[in-house]
Amino acid sequence: MTENGKPKLAMYWASSCGGCEISVLNIHENILTVDEVFDIAFFPCIADFKIKDVEAYPDGYIDICLFNGAIRNSENEEMAQLLRQKSKVLVAFGSCAYEGCIPALSNLTTKKATFEKVYFNNPTIDNPDRILPQHSTEVAEGELTLPHFYHTVKSLDQVVEVDYFIPGCPPEPPQIWAVLQVVIGALTAGQPLPPAGSIIGAGTMALCDECTREKKEKTIKRFFRPYEIQPNPDQCLLEQGIICMGIATRSGCGALCPSVGIGCRGCYGPPDGVEDQGAKMLSAIASVLDVGHESMDEDVLEELIQEAVDTIADPAGTFYRFSMAHSILKRVKNGKGAA
Amino acid sequence: MTDQKKSPAEQEKVGVYICHCGSNIAGTINVEEVAQWAEKNPNVVVARNYEFMCSSTGQELIENDIKEKGLTRIVVASCSPHMHEKTFREATERGGLNPFLFEMANIREHGSWATNDKEAATSKAKALVNGAVERVVHHAPLEKIPVDINPNTLIVGGGIAGITAALELAEGGHHVYLVEREGTIGGRMAQIDKTFPTLDCSACILTPKMVDVGQNDNITLLTYSEVESVEGYIGNFNITVRKKARCVTEELCTSCGICEEKCPQKVIDENYGAGISYRKAIYRSFPQAVPGYPVLDKENCTYFQTGKCKVCEQVCPTEAIDYEQEDKVITFDVGNIILATGYDLFDARQIPQYGYGRLANVFSSLEFERMVNASGPTAGHIVLRDGVTEPESIAIVHCVGSRDQNHNEYCSKVCCMYSLKFAHLVHEHLPDAEVYNFYIDMRTPGKGYEEFYHRLLNEGTHFIRGRVAEITDADRHPGEEGKLIVQAENTLLGIQQRTPVDMVILSAGIEARHDAEDVSKLFKMGCDHDGFFNERHPKLAPVSTMTDGVFIAGACQGPKDIPDTVAQGGAAASQVAKLISQGTVLMEPVRASIREEECSGCRICNTLCPYNAIEFDEEKFVSRVITALCQGCGTCVAACPSGVIDGAHFTYTQVMAELKGVLWDVQSDVLTKQEVA
Repeated sequence: MTENGKPKLAMYWASSCGGCEISVLNIHENILTVDEVFDIAFFPCIADFKIKDVEAYPDGYIDICLFNGAIRNSENEEMAQLLRQKSKVLVAFGSCAYEGCIPALSNLTTKKATFEKVYFNNPTIDNPDRILPQHSTEVAEGELTLPHFYHTVKSLDQVVEVDYFIPGCPPEPPQIWAVLQVVIGALTAGQPLPPAGSIIGAGTMALCDECTREKKEKTIKRFFRPYEIQPNPDQCLLEQGIICMGIATRSGCGALCPSVGIGCRGCYGPPDGVEDQGAKMLSAIASVLDVGHESMDEDVLEELIQEAVDTIADPAGTFYRFSMAHSILKRVKNGKGAA
Repeated sequence: MTDQKKSPAEQEKVGVYICHCGSNIAGTINVEEVAQWAEKNPNVVVARNYEFMCSSTGQELIENDIKEKGLTRIVVASCSPHMHEKTFREATERGGLNPFLFEMANIREHGSWATNDKEAATSKAKALVNGAVERVVHHAPLEKIPVDINPNTLIVGGGIAGITAALELAEGGHHVYLVEREGTIGGRMAQIDKTFPTLDCSACILTPKMVDVGQNDNITLLTYSEVESVEGYIGNFNITVRKKARCVTEELCTSCGICEEKCPQKVIDENYGAGISYRKAIYRSFPQAVPGYPVLDKENCTYFQTGKCKVCEQVCPTEAIDYEQEDKVITFDVGNIILATGYDLFDARQIPQYGYGRLANVFSSLEFERMVNASGPTAGHIVLRDGVTEPESIAIVHCVGSRDQNHNEYCSKVCCMYSLKFAHLVHEHLPDAEVYNFYIDMRTPGKGYEEFYHRLLNEGTHFIRGRVAEITDADRHPGEEGKLIVQAENTLLGIQQRTPVDMVILSAGIEARHDAEDVSKLFKMGCDHDGFFNERHPKLAPVSTMTDGVFIAGACQGPKDIPDTVAQGGAAASQVAKLISQGTVLMEPVRASIREEECSGCRICNTLCPYNAIEFDEEKFVSRVITALCQGCGTCVAACPSGVIDGAHFTYTQVMAELKGVLWDVQSDVLTKQEVA
């Protein structure tokens, strides 16, 4: 790429689905402005670059790198380190890079169990010889290697220093455009950037602040999965027994899911001041569960509570759907204390 | 995060003090090692160990170090904060620091007393000290909240405990609202004939007190009334009382008693009369009732049931009968509350093998108490259920429902003594009767109690040590014919014994009131495992509860005899008098507060507060904590899903720092370990 004085933009995907890239492209015609302002220095989704190209850049060559995807294997981590070294501003872009997202749910199981599920017990796999991917394989032409598959999925900030975090699965296009405008303003007009370490492209409070549904005092008798109930269009979904993570989720998306009757999934992560989104959600829900009566026998009460709790399908996967890597729980034990 | 904590670079200067507590702590924990280890923490400037930190020299250590070494935070590792948190907070304050810049690590109850393993105890002490150090650097200075004390007091329960407390306060010049569920005050003591061990007439010593209550201008007596709601906090409680309709206009009634006399409807008196005497449908439980106004029992009144009668209205000389009278709801404000709600008697029907309710001549202790009372149904004559036959032999069974794993495991404390009193009264009334006391252990701790037991030993009572297995009327030989046979193992002789008697008295134990738990919820305090109200400290705060401004007295706290009950009534009154003379109290600043500008208005917290201290602002769509009502329990803090409720002195940062500090040696940071297998 020719030296034309334009700031350099990179976007990379580690362990991710590609949705973040689509979301960037979803800023529509504004992408032309991006192209006008930036030179693309590395963006495997839309342009052909090789790692050796990046390696050849001087340190800090890339002005801003949007890094999406979690750190699942050694290659993801190497790329994170390389891009950290080559970038002035490294942004954890989207939920995977910010807090682990769906890939980090595998921290609720073990590497061994994950491999068994994927390579042996998968209905679409026929693997009679029980072959597993190996880090190193000898072939006639020499040694072939694959990246190491880690036990634990990490967020980007757990392997390198991160300047900004943009939450969302994926981040909402208007928020992306707003962030890019701030960066463009900083690069072209010398406007100030937010303080390093900030979560940008989102609000600070809980999503309920943006949600227009009517909220009342909450007492919940049982929970419903989406197919089990036709929600009242105006009332708070949680009050109707639909798990809505909005109470423990950062605002910024405009409450898109609740506005169409789907409980917030929590993809913007916890609001300011909350470290563990899942724990907070659990604590809040436990507080408003309204079954039985204090005068009841403890055994009976326990049974009733269990019945109500059993109406929540996959609590860990629900409450930690996006934030497992950042959770206080970290991961399930993995034998012999190996991480 | 919301803590106004300085950046970690700005280190606090922490002083750590490890107390030996004589050998209580130092006997198990290597205090020197803990102190030396603690000093290695980069925030710790000085770590000492000292024999008694709570002594004045121990406290001076803290004060001097603050002044000389410029300490900014204090940690004392010693006993429970229940014991000495206040002591050390004050020492911290005298040294010139805000008292809340102090933290206590409990290495005695949670450490040296919990194990004999010196190594384990020392290691745990380190963890607790480290937790406290890591926490205290995040502490923020807090100011106590002053609250005015309303000088009026609510006393619930008009038994001897409530009467004593009411008179103590009223005679000291303070106004008291005395609320009693029944139509008269007097309580259990009014049912009793003689009191042990002095054998004074119970009524003779009680009724003057009752009269005093009735006549004292400082006492608003609300009988036949129940507390419906309690709102507020120490110094400022708002009370709602329902004064049930007694169908008698109090202002007109002269207590002449003619209505009671002429009322044609007799009702078994289950309550005061223990079910062995009658009262009328309009009645006073006993002639000396205070107040003297009768109560009309609508459920048994002929007029209310059939629409015809109205005899009482016709005979009343002052037209005081008012069939239309309705319940009155009264509200008033008080600064303090004393609960003296008394006890229920164990229902002997729960032990079917003792035959109570099935075998006619098995009596409950309360039945016997009423029978032997000169104002009771037999005018004090001891007779069998037929009402005429004097028994020739009587068995008194101790520990009915008490010291029994199937019922109440605790000792009811008064039954041995009242059983001895019964034996004495039988000897007095029926000198020729044989009396058998079946006991497990004879428990007579109290002034003059053991002497009373010895008196009974000389009066010819037969004492048989052994729990009664069964009381039956199934005779095995002619000698048992027509008798009740008490089957028990005489453990002193090692034989099974069948004792034929004419009459059995079951000495039932004391239980918490059946509705004690509801009452405890109404007043927002707790009950113990057995259902009695929980005191704040079993030894040092026996009449206080965990709720400031709410005190307890008498058997509602646990089984008690009359002297102890009276003492507690007085103690509770003096606690209240202390607060009244202080005029204001400083409330702990450990309260929750909501950062309104960050509240999303999700309303999760709205239904949670046990003190109703959270309100929702419908205009701003935010929730708010009413500081004065908040008791700092932390329920809302934990529940707030967006972390905008701060619990002062228990902030997220403080709690997490303490946890991490305690877990200093088990933190295997999963993310820094070798990843590749």
